[in-house]
Amino acid sequence: MIRFANVFKEYPRTGVALNDVSFSVNKGEFVFLTGPSGAGKSSILKLIYFDELPSRGDVWVSGTRSKGVTRKEISLLRRKLGVVFQDFRLLEDRTVEQNVAFALDVIGTPPEKIHPKVSRLLTQVGLSSKSTNYPRELSGGEQQRVAIARALANDPFVLVADEPTGNLDDRATRGVFQLLRDINAAGTAVVMATHNIDLVKRANLRVLEINRGQVVFDSAEEKRRAPELTP
Amino acid sequence: MRLAVREAMLGFKRAPVLSALSITTIAFSLFAFGLFSLVALNIRNTLRAVESRVEIRAFLAENAEAEAIAAAMGDIGGFKEVARVEYVTPEQALERAKREMGEFKDVFEAGFLPGSLDIRLRDGFRDPTTVKRVADRVRTYAFVDDVRFGEEWVQKLYSIRNIATAAGIILGLAFAAVAIIVIGATIRMAVMARSREISIMRLVGATDGFIQRPFLIEGFVKGVLGGALALGLTWLASSLISRYFIRTEFFDARLAFLGLLGGAVIGVVGSAVSVGRQIRRVL
Ligand SMILES: Nc1ncnc2c1ncn2[C@@H]1O[C@H](COP(=O)(O)OP(=O)(O)OP(=O)(O)O)[C@@H](O)[C@H]1O
Ligand SMILES: [Mg+2]
Repeated sequence: MIRFANVFKEYPRTGVALNDVSFSVNKGEFVFLTGPSGAGKSSILKLIYFDELPSRGDVWVSGTRSKGVTRKEISLLRRKLGVVFQDFRLLEDRTVEQNVAFALDVIGTPPEKIHPKVSRLLTQVGLSSKSTNYPRELSGGEQQRVAIARALANDPFVLVADEPTGNLDDRATRGVFQLLRDINAAGTAVVMATHNIDLVKRANLRVLEINRGQVVFDSAEEKRRAPELTP
Repeated sequence: MRLAVREAMLGFKRAPVLSALSITTIAFSLFAFGLFSLVALNIRNTLRAVESRVEIRAFLAENAEAEAIAAAMGDIGGFKEVARVEYVTPEQALERAKREMGEFKDVFEAGFLPGSLDIRLRDGFRDPTTVKRVADRVRTYAFVDDVRFGEEWVQKLYSIRNIATAAGIILGLAFAAVAIIVIGATIRMAVMARSREISIMRLVGATDGFIQRPFLIEGFVKGVLGGALALGLTWLASSLISRYFIRTEFFDARLAFLGLLGGAVIGVVGSAVSVGRQIRRVL
C-alpha cells in the first residue's frame, strides 16, 4: 500500500531531513508518526502524497513509484488519497459545502453527482447543519472536519494527516480524533503525524517514532520481536 | 469546462487594466500586421491588373528583314516565359498611335513609327526580374533597336509591396512579443492571486491541464477580442484611405477570420508559455 525503501531526503538549504527510512503501511492500518520537532514527520508525509520526491531510495504508494513519476501520475495518485493539515487550508471565500464540492469539481466529477456526495460527506463529519456557513464562522474543530470531508471526497484508501489536532483544544482534539478512528474503522488507512503523546498513548495503535530523520521505533516491529512487552 | 469558463471570466474582473492592456497590445500587433497587409494586398491587386498588360515591346530597325523577323518570332515564342508574340508593322503602329492619341492625329501623318514585336508573358513570369531577363535576351537580336517595358514603376510597386510586407511582419511581431509579455505578467499575477486555490486543486488531484484551462480560455478570449479590435481599426484605416486617397480593397472574410485566429493564437500561446511555469512555481 505504502512502502518506503531506504529513503533519503535532502533539502537544498537545510541538508539531510530523512536518513535511510524504510517502513510500510498496510491496507486499513492506523499509524501515528511521532517525534520531536524537525524530526522529519512532515517530510515523510509529503513523500507519501508526492509533494516531495526522495533524494535517494524509493517510495511506493498504491502502485505508483517515486522514481520517474510524472506530474500527471502524481495528480492521479492524489485522487486516491486524502490530506489534511494543522491549518485546515480551506478557501475562505467559499462556504463549507463549496469547499467540499471544489475537490470533486476540479477532478471533473459530473455536476449532478457532486451535491449528493457533498451532503453525505458533511453528514459523515457531523457538519450538515453548517453547510452554508463560511470557514471563518466555524470553530477550529469544525473547520478541520470540513477539511476531512474534503479529503474524503474521492473515497481515498489512505488519509494523510499532518498534526490535524495541532490547533485544537482538548475537546475538539478528541472529537476530530474520534472521527479519524471512525473513518479508519470504515476501511480507510490513516497516517497521522502528531505531538500529542496522550492521544498516542491512549489509543493503542501503531506508532512510528521519528528522530533526526530516522525511524527509531516502530511498534509493529516491537510486537513482532517481543509481543509480551507491548502495552 | 463550466468552472473553467467562469474562472476565465473572473480573470477579467480581477485584473481589468492588465486585461485591457493585453487586448490592446494584441490588437496593435494585428493592426500593424493588418495595415501593412492591406497595403500589400492592394498593391498586389494593382500589380495583377497591371501585370496582365505587361508587355515587352522590341522596336525593330528600319531595314529588318521579314525572314529574320519571322525566325526571331519563332524563337521568342518558344521561350518558356512567353505567351504570345505579335508582329506590328510600321503601318499598324501608326494606326494604333493615331487611334490612341486621336487629338494629335496630324502629328503622325507624315511621321514614321518603327515596327515592333509585342511580347506578352505568361502568368507567373511577370515579375521585374523575369521581365528584364526576357527583355535582355530579346535585345540581343541584331535587328532589334530598342526594348521597352514598364520597368521602373513595376519595380517600384514591387519594392513597396516588399517593404510593406516586411514592415508589417516586423511591427506585428514586435507587438506580438509585447502582447505575450503583458499576457505573461497578467497570468503571473492571476496565478499568485489564486495560489491558495491552485495548491488545493493540486492537492486533491486536479491535473495541470485542468488548472491551466481557465488561463488558456482567458487568453483565447483576449486574443479574439484583440483580433476583432484590430479588424475594426484596420477597417477604419482602410475606409479613410479609400475616402481621401485611393480606393482600397478590404480583407475578404477568409483573411478577416485569419486575423481573429491570429489573435487567438497570440492569446493562447502567450498564456500557455507563462502559465505552465507559474503553476510549477506555486507548488
Ligand atoms: N521545504 C523545505 N526546505 C528545506 N528544508 C526543509 C523543508 N521542509 C523541511 N525541511 C527541513 O527538514 C527537516 C525535517 O522537517 P519536517 O518538517 O519534516 O519536520 P517535522 O518532524 O514535521 O517537524 P514538526 O514537528 O516541527 O512539524 C527540518 O530540519 C527542516 O528544516
Ligand atoms: Mg511537521
